[in-house]
Amino acid sequence: MWESFWFEFINFYFIPGLVLGCIYALGAIGITLTFGILRFANFAHGEIMMTSSYLTWEFVLVASSFGLILHPIIGAIPASICAIILALIVDRLFYKPFRNSPTIMIVIASFGMMLIIRSMVQVIWGPNQITFVKGIAKPNPIIKEFTSSIDIMILIPNKHIFILLGTIIIMLIFNYLLSSTKIGKGMRAVSDNPNLAEVSGINVENIVKATWVVGGFCAAAAGVFLAMDTQFIESTMGFRMLLPMFAAAILGGIGRPFGAVAGGLIIGLAEELSAYPWLGDGPVISPGYKSGVAFSIMVLMLIFRPSGLFKGKVF
Amino acid sequence: MNSDKILSISNLIAGYGETEILHNVSIEVHKNEIVSIIGPNGAGKSKSGEIFLLENKITGINPSDIVRKGVGYVPQTDNVFVSLSVHENLEMGAWTIETNLKEKFEELYNLFPDLKDKRNQLAGQLSGGQRQMVAMAKALILNAEVLLLDEPTAGLSPKYRGEIFATIQRINKSGLPVLMVEQNAKQALQISHRGYVLVDGSNRYTGTGQDLSSDPDVARMFLGSRG
Repeated sequence: MWESFWFEFINFYFIPGLVLGCIYALGAIGITLTFGILRFANFAHGEIMMTSSYLTWEFVLVASSFGLILHPIIGAIPASICAIILALIVDRLFYKPFRNSPTIMIVIASFGMMLIIRSMVQVIWGPNQITFVKGIAKPNPIIKEFTSSIDIMILIPNKHIFILLGTIIIMLIFNYLLSSTKIGKGMRAVSDNPNLAEVSGINVENIVKATWVVGGFCAAAAGVFLAMDTQFIESTMGFRMLLPMFAAAILGGIGRPFGAVAGGLIIGLAEELSAYPWLGDGPVISPGYKSGVAFSIMVLMLIFRPSGLFKGKVF
Repeated sequence: MNSDKILSISNLIAGYGETEILHNVSIEVHKNEIVSIIGPNGAGKSKSGEIFLLENKITGINPSDIVRKGVGYVPQTDNVFVSLSVHENLEMGAWTIETNLKEKFEELYNLFPDLKDKRNQLAGQLSGGQRQMVAMAKALILNAEVLLLDEPTAGLSPKYRGEIFATIQRINKSGLPVLMVEQNAKQALQISHRGYVLVDGSNRYTGTGQDLSSDPDVARMFLGSRG
């Protein structure tokens, strides 16, 4: 009984939950940084994710037309640069003019931006789903062999190894950036108290640009990882991720990037584990309602602990 | 302009919206002085008047540029980055300078020895008095020409109040002029070379700290004396 429990739990619930959590975590970093530093909920963040996955697909396709077979991770490099440029342009043209306006105006601007970006993607690549990676993701043979006993056998496909390792590497770089570099400490300072940052001589506009660079890069990584996981891309994929990413940012505490990471992992795991048959043969919550878990966590946090797990800002 | 003047505010009118709170207020801070402003809180935004730092007009320029020109400013509340360590707070104060930072930090830790042991502690975990010291150290790091303190002892216990006033004197003895707005008028005037008493938003009394302390009208209005 225990053998089948661990086998099923780890391979079909825990690892997918962890992978989903990594994707949410990367997306939530950008949301919480924008929220913390610019004080608004950026509804267009999911669209930056989605655009990055389309761009990655396009770069891989173009490379293949020249006889070059690129792994999506390689295609994601130019795509993430484009995503960062897109985020900076959007800020310069659509958000900066509203910097000193009431928050609701910039939130509405971001909602409009979300629709504009999605429409642009639909015009360029069409409204239908596109296969991102063809074929069946088979378990990594080395890990499967290494864990050959049935009770601990791990059937983790390469795409999940890439996502988990990629997230860990990005988190380590992100941790170094925030804790050891001048610009990273400046980002924490502006997130903490923007008025004090200004009277301390910190160039807040440069920090804002750095925020879009970091947020755009993490969104691009999240978008590509999501596309690698689901193996298809579509123009609504970013919007569908928005709610769990907001839930992760709120759970971790607004303006707390490492809180967003923890929040993302918790939400991802909670969504997947909620579908595990804990109380009998059927799933506790039908997989179709998984997003309700993120929504419930977000609402409960807002009611009982609006500052989140890591004491973020309360607006 | 008198070369002795570090900061000069002339005919300042300020307020909120249509409401005028300061009417033609003029204040000067000279070399090596501690100057106190005694009066009610909150003046709003400046509407007219001129402010000079040494020979440079700083009226109307944005706060971060004013800081870079040499005005160290310590706000009354929320004056440290609570999620950053003490040392990181000082680094943020030194945002615009690249060289000799190590020496500068050592100087500041010598001026505020209490902070040396707490350099890796989050500023949000410090007591009110310690936070005030971090805020002052942060403001001093840019080689300020003048230090502006907004109610530096507000909300502090009498013990810490004394420590903060002693620290202000120590900072001033290092050659830095200080201009502070302070509600603890008696103690502020005791350590001030000069003071300005504002009544109904206008300059009413000006004099040395000692003269103002012993002025019966000032004593009756601000020093808790029945004179």
